[in-house]
Amino acid sequence: MTKKQKKVFVRIIIASVLMIALHFVPVTGYARFALYLIPYLVIGYDILRKAFLGILHGEVFDENFLMAVATVGAMLLGVYQESQGQEGEFAEGVAVMLFYQIGELFQAVAVGKSRKNITALMDIRPDYANIEDESGNLEQVDPDDVEIGTIIVVQPGEKVPIDGVVVEGTSTLNTAALTGESVPRTVREGEEVISGCVNNTGLLKIRTTKEFGESTVSKILDLVENSSMKKSKSENFITKFAKYYTPAVCYSALALAVIPTVINLVMGNPANFTTWLIRALTFLVISCPCALVISIPLSFFGGIGGASSCGILVKGSNYLEALAQTKYVVFDKTGTLTKGVFQVTEIHPEGISKEELLKLTAYAESYSNHPISKSLKEAYGQEINKASVSEVEEIGGHGVTASVDGVSVAAGNAKLMRKLGLSYAEKTNVGTVVHVAVDGVYAGYILISDVEKEQSAEAIQALKANGVKKTVMLTGDSKAVAEYVAEKLHIDEVKSELLPGDKVDAVEALLQSKSAKENLAFVGDGINDAPVLSRADIGVAMGALGSDAAIEAADIVLMDDNPMKLALAMKISRKCLRIVYENIVFALGVKAICLILGALGIASMWLAIFADVGVTVIAVLNAIRCLSVKNV
Amino acid sequence: MKKTYKIEVDCANCALKMEEAAKKVAGVAEATVSFMTQKMKVEFAEGADPKAVMADVVKACKKVEEDCEIYVD
Repeated sequence: MTKKQKKVFVRIIIASVLMIALHFVPVTGYARFALYLIPYLVIGYDILRKAFLGILHGEVFDENFLMAVATVGAMLLGVYQESQGQEGEFAEGVAVMLFYQIGELFQAVAVGKSRKNITALMDIRPDYANIEDESGNLEQVDPDDVEIGTIIVVQPGEKVPIDGVVVEGTSTLNTAALTGESVPRTVREGEEVISGCVNNTGLLKIRTTKEFGESTVSKILDLVENSSMKKSKSENFITKFAKYYTPAVCYSALALAVIPTVINLVMGNPANFTTWLIRALTFLVISCPCALVISIPLSFFGGIGGASSCGILVKGSNYLEALAQTKYVVFDKTGTLTKGVFQVTEIHPEGISKEELLKLTAYAESYSNHPISKSLKEAYGQEINKASVSEVEEIGGHGVTASVDGVSVAAGNAKLMRKLGLSYAEKTNVGTVVHVAVDGVYAGYILISDVEKEQSAEAIQALKANGVKKTVMLTGDSKAVAEYVAEKLHIDEVKSELLPGDKVDAVEALLQSKSAKENLAFVGDGINDAPVLSRADIGVAMGALGSDAAIEAADIVLMDDNPMKLALAMKISRKCLRIVYENIVFALGVKAICLILGALGIASMWLAIFADVGVTVIAVLNAIRCLSVKNV
Repeated sequence: MKKTYKIEVDCANCALKMEEAAKKVAGVAEATVSFMTQKMKVEFAEGADPKAVMADVVKACKKVEEDCEIYVD
């Protein structure tokens, strides 16, 4: 509890004790009114003051005003009853104020607590950086003061405060706070490290490459902290709604107090003014719009906080809201659905063993730095003894010939085979085919291609399960490759052989063909995708750890490159929206019922207090559920 | 130019009122108040002096919500 909240808490206790004591004090008449005035002012003076100031400033219809009118009305009613010789009812007015304050306090504490939880979730801000002085002692300095090129020391258990390159030490880094991924990453000398990671094991010395303000951690923090500034449609709706709602309720209450009395007088019946006044006051208490005003932003804030704990950064409540209505998802292929790395995917030997074929090819290609030879070496996986390779000859546009342990090996494309006058297996497989001839005899081929991510197929399925109508893949790759991947992943539509500019046109065409209520999300790896990311309803950048351009252009950033995260983000979004609608329907529904009951005189002041404070508390507790993303 | 200020406000509705009030101040192009993060983001109109404008913003906000605090440094 903050200082302010503690003060209110003390006032609540004093007022409650006084109320109970007054119940047993045998005083009658106006003296009782005077005594009840003490707890009333103790608990309600600030509300009365605010209501008064509000009227002075022309800000009439707010909750302070509603509470002040209702309770002052109730107290005056008691005085009126006394003047008629009856026993005045003063306890009710005080009780309304008391319960209102208890409810407000509870709400403030609950909101404060969930705010703390959410910000703790996002708290990746490093507090200091260690700099070694001449005598080898570590000095803690403000990361803001560290200049580019400074060597900083990160001890095990500490956060990396600034982006940089490791100059000394080996360690594993925990990136969970950034990506939600729990598998640690190993870093060695010469490798880049990103701020925000936690150093697990070894001491690292890092030369900073950026200023703190430009480092990954600062950018992410800035993004997340500003996310609730972009308000959702639901929030804007409630703001507008409250503008008309409160005055409408106040005038209705006034009408409720006046019209029946006037009608009674005209008809010659007893006026019954007090009965209708009580009903009007009850009406006012019920009508406070706080439940909606507080629970909706809280829901979105919770959803954004929960998402960021899984490595999904959402730039605004509006995007979280839009995500739930996503019907079209457009993917970039390379790096998004596929790994973007070439790998040996198939080995088809003829006359020799698979291992032998791979070994000979890897040896023959060992002098080349081409991506193809790199993936061959990687697939072979053993140390290559370069001494056994000789007479290497690269034939541009064809391949390579070499002598490996005295055996002549030719590895290359179909042209090379034709040139050597060999017959070879004609293959239309997707990817790059490396044909191999050993000692002038065709020995089979090795297929190298970009492989799909393990989670891609599952992710497409999960998106469909979450209401996505159509998935589209855009790629600059050849038609054969694109269709092969699309079929494997069950993607509905493919557009291949696109130039970067064509991607914007393709997305543009899709945007035109969909209805306004349906949203289109574009998912890319953030490289060269900026125009498409900003053109789509929701731009999603994937694997963005360390890519500034992507963080800037996208609306939603998936910190690691797992496409399943998009489905998870949609689930979080849908859950969040569901809770928002639950709260809107629940709060408005209960209030509508209570308002009718109040107008008919069935609802007492006590029910009115529940309709206000109780509903708010329930709505707040419901909104806090958005934070939990374990079982969405 | 955009600037973000830390604020202190107790209720969501009061935050809305502050936002409305801040938007009306001369020299403010756009203002957003987030109750959840307790922050106010102000986009100043071209040529406006942030210091002078913020003094007016504080005044306007105090008028609609007495208890609010805006930390202008």
